Amino acid sequence: MTVPIEVSGSETQADPEAVLAGLDRKAIEGRSLSQIAWLRLRRDKVALAGGGVVVLLILVAVFEPFLVSWFGHPPNEFHQNLVDPNLGGRPLYGIGHSGISRHFLLGVEPVNGRDLFSRVLHGAQISLLIAFLSTLISVLIGTVLGTVAGYFGGWVDSLIARTMDVFLAFPLLLFAIALAGVVQGKAFGLQGDTLRIVLLIFIIGFFNWAYIGRIIRGQTLTLREREFVDAARAMGARPAYVLFREILPNLIAPILVYSTLLIPTNILFEAALSYLGVGLEEKTATWGSMLAHAAPDYALDLEFVLVPGLAIFITVMAFNLFGDGLRDALDPRAR
Amino acid sequence: MVAFIIRRLFAAVLLVLVIAFVTYAIFFLVPQVAGLTPYDLAARYVGKTANPATIHARMVKLHLNQPFIVQYFDFIRDLVFGAHYDAGAEQSYCPPPCFGYSFVYQTPVWPQLASRIPVTLELAAGASVLWLVGGVTIGVISALRRGRPVDRVSMGIALAGVSLPVFFTAILSQSQIRDRFQIFTGAGGQWVPMHTDPMQWLSNMILPWLTLAFLQAALYARLTRAGMLETMGEDYIRTARAKGLPERTVIARHALRATMVPIITIFGLDLGTLLGGAVLTETAWTLPGLGQYAILSIGDNDLPAVLGVVMVGAIFIVVANLVVDVLYAVADPRVRLAG
Repeated sequence: MTVPIEVSGSETQADPEAVLAGLDRKAIEGRSLSQIAWLRLRRDKVALAGGGVVVLLILVAVFEPFLVSWFGHPPNEFHQNLVDPNLGGRPLYGIGHSGISRHFLLGVEPVNGRDLFSRVLHGAQISLLIAFLSTLISVLIGTVLGTVAGYFGGWVDSLIARTMDVFLAFPLLLFAIALAGVVQGKAFGLQGDTLRIVLLIFIIGFFNWAYIGRIIRGQTLTLREREFVDAARAMGARPAYVLFREILPNLIAPILVYSTLLIPTNILFEAALSYLGVGLEEKTATWGSMLAHAAPDYALDLEFVLVPGLAIFITVMAFNLFGDGLRDALDPRAR
Repeated sequence: MVAFIIRRLFAAVLLVLVIAFVTYAIFFLVPQVAGLTPYDLAARYVGKTANPATIHARMVKLHLNQPFIVQYFDFIRDLVFGAHYDAGAEQSYCPPPCFGYSFVYQTPVWPQLASRIPVTLELAAGASVLWLVGGVTIGVISALRRGRPVDRVSMGIALAGVSLPVFFTAILSQSQIRDRFQIFTGAGGQWVPMHTDPMQWLSNMILPWLTLAFLQAALYARLTRAGMLETMGEDYIRTARAKGLPERTVIARHALRATMVPIITIFGLDLGTLLGGAVLTETAWTLPGLGQYAILSIGDNDLPAVLGVVMVGAIFIVVANLVVDVLYAVADPRVRLAG
């Protein structure tokens, strides 16, 4: 019941047309969450720059074979005529003996003289492939188990929540290293780098689902109590309908944000495993293995360290900037 | 309170058992799924040159041909009570906690683990003090100067910090700090225990501490800033200001205290993870800690050693979890009542 308030005089009479006259007509149209987010994101220049770098990196990774054949040499082709065997294999030419030249855009590796441009590009392809697919696995497992736990509650929730606790209590890196090290040669009908890539995707994906699962579970717990879910249930909707049509659309924002922030974590994870020598095969170019090879020779050729190191740094930074911006745009409270 | 601790302790032991089960399952089942027979596993214990009879004898001795569940209970039993290996002339005793015998050295795994724990402990202790103090200080200053140049610069550096892997910053500091200025050179890459020569030990540890702390401090600065900004908007901060408390007191006593609770939780877990082996830092700086042992063991295909490191790492994390839970309960009675 509204209590009528004594309103007197014409000064309180607002003319809607007059108020709106100074405004763009569009300003009062209803906006969806994605429109609001896009408007906010568009104003965040830093996040946009990060997003731009991300798009560029994806393009580079996709068109890696063409870029290598146009501007580089095969990643495993030796060019020992470009290194000085008397100085521990230091590149002969280029600024500061980096081996940089018109034909070798980022210089050559010491000792073997392999083309760093091709190798770092190949590293980008592998890094992004593993990071994206492992993130996809984490998000899939995390979302399914998180929503199921949060929505159904009871013993299902207890079971899933305890499983998450176990996963969160694992020494993840140690475990992933051990697991990646245990499987060798041929397994599961796969071999060589294909096996290593599939293995890394599953290991990284499988060990990170609990973080995202916990967030999704928490969100589902609050969503479950909302009126629109009650309304759907009252109208006789089945659990599957409520989960997919009522709850899942409201989880898109956190899923998107945490996926974007999980990708750089997974890039670092893959780089760490490759650095430790349990990643891909020895000869395959990945950023982590390039750094591991560069480490003993850093005094000889610092540029060899900088190329993969900065590649990791720029990629991870770009994803982080974009992810932070996306989070701020979708959830202004987190700012 | 006592009941709470006992309940949590029970849960922690259960968690360790579950982790042991999963770990054991993965390390002894994955090779089999991947196509290795118990015989192949036993061959790894003995070495490639042994004759089939020796390998078979070893397989029987280590119960590798037993069902998985039997092996698991044997593993737990040996862990708690130690193990007598009895194979005719070959008598050996592995005192508790027995993680089995190393494939490579043919000696019990635990003494090797134990000798490496202090190194990891020293690395983690020094670095954690640096990152906690540094990260929280930067985070608080950033939050109080929100949007000002100090905030922007330090948050920029923090974002860069979380994007730099420790094995990259390690090489950079080796080349640009240690070699360029000839400082913190330690014993030229050799490990020196603290009690042998404290100065050389310190000189060895400073750069590893700094590189590890830089990464973590960046993370903590971001967390602290976010936490502080949220806390400063709370009603009780307004109340504290309204009753005329000096701003210093409001920040130190009211805001920072509330912000620190989740930070300390994460700190406990991070410390636990680190104690299980700061794998990357130890590898990059060639420190003979648990993490380096894990890498060496994996390189040697030494399954019992790997299993041992993973178990010790898991136990550290579970213990850290437990300590954090208990501290939480001490600080906040609601937690222990809720169970």
